[in-house]
Amino acid sequence: MVGVYDDDEVILHAVPKLRKAGVKISEVYSPFAIHGMDDALGHPRTRIGIAAFLFGVTGCICALTLTIWTMGIDWPMIVGGKDPISIPNYIPITFELTVLFTAFGMVTVFFITNGLGPSLVNPNMFDPRSTDNKFVMAIDLKGNRMTEAEITQQLRETGAEEVNIKQF
Amino acid sequence: MHVTSPVRPPLVTGAKTYADVTEDICRHVEAKPTKEWWVAFIISVVVLIYGTACVFWTWWEGLGVWGLNKTVGWAWDITNFVWWVGIGHAGTLISAILLLFRQKWRTSINRAAEAMTIFAVLCAASFILMHMGRPWMAYWALPLPNAFGSLWVNFNSPLVWDVFAISTYFSVSLVFWYIGLIPDLATIRDRARNKVSRFIYGSLAMGWNGSAKTWARYEYISLILAGLATPLVLSVHTIVSMDFATSVIPGWHTTIFPPYFVAGAIFSGFAMVQNLMLITRVVYKLEDYITLEHIESMNKVITLTGSIVGVAYLTEFFIAWYSGVEYESYAFINRATGPYWWAYATMMTCNVVSPQLFWSRAIRRSVTWTFFISVIVNIGMWFERFVIIVTSLHRDYLPSSWAMFSPTMFDIGDYIFSFGFFFTLFLLFSKFLPVVNMAEVKAVLRSSSETLPKKVAGVAKGERMTSPTYNKDVQ
Repeated sequence: MVGVYDDDEVILHAVPKLRKAGVKISEVYSPFAIHGMDDALGHPRTRIGIAAFLFGVTGCICALTLTIWTMGIDWPMIVGGKDPISIPNYIPITFELTVLFTAFGMVTVFFITNGLGPSLVNPNMFDPRSTDNKFVMAIDLKGNRMTEAEITQQLRETGAEEVNIKQF
Repeated sequence: MHVTSPVRPPLVTGAKTYADVTEDICRHVEAKPTKEWWVAFIISVVVLIYGTACVFWTWWEGLGVWGLNKTVGWAWDITNFVWWVGIGHAGTLISAILLLFRQKWRTSINRAAEAMTIFAVLCAASFILMHMGRPWMAYWALPLPNAFGSLWVNFNSPLVWDVFAISTYFSVSLVFWYIGLIPDLATIRDRARNKVSRFIYGSLAMGWNGSAKTWARYEYISLILAGLATPLVLSVHTIVSMDFATSVIPGWHTTIFPPYFVAGAIFSGFAMVQNLMLITRVVYKLEDYITLEHIESMNKVITLTGSIVGVAYLTEFFIAWYSGVEYESYAFINRATGPYWWAYATMMTCNVVSPQLFWSRAIRRSVTWTFFISVIVNIGMWFERFVIIVTSLHRDYLPSSWAMFSPTMFDIGDYIFSFGFFFTLFLLFSKFLPVVNMAEVKAVLRSSSETLPKKVAGVAKGERMTSPTYNKDVQ
């Protein structure tokens, strides 16, 4: 069951009302980020930051290993009268590689967790206008105890301008 | 309690609805290229072909075709490199630093500015390849075990840091830009009428669905990427400045270089953004999205960074005298009064004097003046790099090897190449991709509504009456 809303504000207020009334909402699709929507839907906070941090640590360790091993151990070299292992000189490269690993690692995780990948169409297309100007609420009738008519009425009351049924 | 200043002007004018935003931006992507676009594109491609021929000849014959000599071993190549890298910095500043500062006006210009960043960094990288003379040996800059014994690259050298900094900067900027593009590509995919565009935009959008979970993660990684890109962009120009500052050439060996270069980079980059956006907004009729407010805000940044650059010039001069080092003092006196005095005077006029005109509100808000001063600023910033590089080198410790530099047609031709390359890429971008970030513009369209009750919202004069729903409610 698909509820189509015209306004981000209306749908943001509709979500807690519907959840209170006992409607289980599968997901909300919108053309832009609505702040507070994930909280309203009760989604857990994303853990992508932890992944990013771990990638950053990996990058940092790789960079230090590379510079210290090549410059100080594999072929020790004195440049400009400095110690073969002079950490301050390696900080720029360590920083760059930390950023590189974090960014690419995090973005890879982002693609995987969101299921973004080679695909010509949107596999979760409930309404094509959800990338343009409409805010779409998807409700799985199988997972809900309420009847279709009850949910329809609830959606209408909270401001949905269209309620459609879609088979998958 | 959230307080909104009633005098704050709207970011998007013309009472746009969400559908209007989609329509206004997508129209240009979906329509056939206009005649003006074709004219501009053909000119760019012709320039690019001429430039490519010059670059080809530079590589074929060797760097002897340039005007370099034993004394001046770096000239236009590195000048152009620093100039283009500097221009690139504005895009990251707009998309990352202004995101961290929660400056909502960035949303209308960040897409095009980031595209400019990517193309400018490519132009800069092309000068690195050119000045190597033997670009097929470029991989020598990478830390690879090689056939000459396992002698590694020198990680103590800023030139090697540069390799890492520029490539990280380029690839992270590209990723940041692409992540921002995905929601808009999905919009175009869902509107596409014909098979070809459905295939192209569909595959680029990678099945984006705009669910609340996806958006939450999107916002989260945008914030982290901005947090990463901010120190990254500062590090890049810092390292570029260290290419000079860690040497012992008078005029280069100064600790002021990193902040001075970063300010100069932002200064020239914003000027380039102004030039590009002023043309784009007229050609694509985006006056409601890129308003005078945006232009004025960018001009304020230009004045600020231009003033920082001006202070840096004066500080440098003062310290050269105050240090008591005769070589350093001579380098600066020679800059201002030596045979290259005209380059120094151009730099001072364009970079220090011209941005001060923006203290006048009328000039700051005038499209013609903004365009004109932005061009002047970019000329000035090119001369700044020329002054730093050529006038520091041409007279150093040994008067018997003092020399002058004059460019040949290949110095000039290789510079022209970068313009052809840049504008060809930018024109392709502006035709085939959405020039304004639709998703982010839609998100700020009614910024203050979350906290203002609807009955009150839109009543106060000058309040953000940008949302059509407000107007409906008020009526």
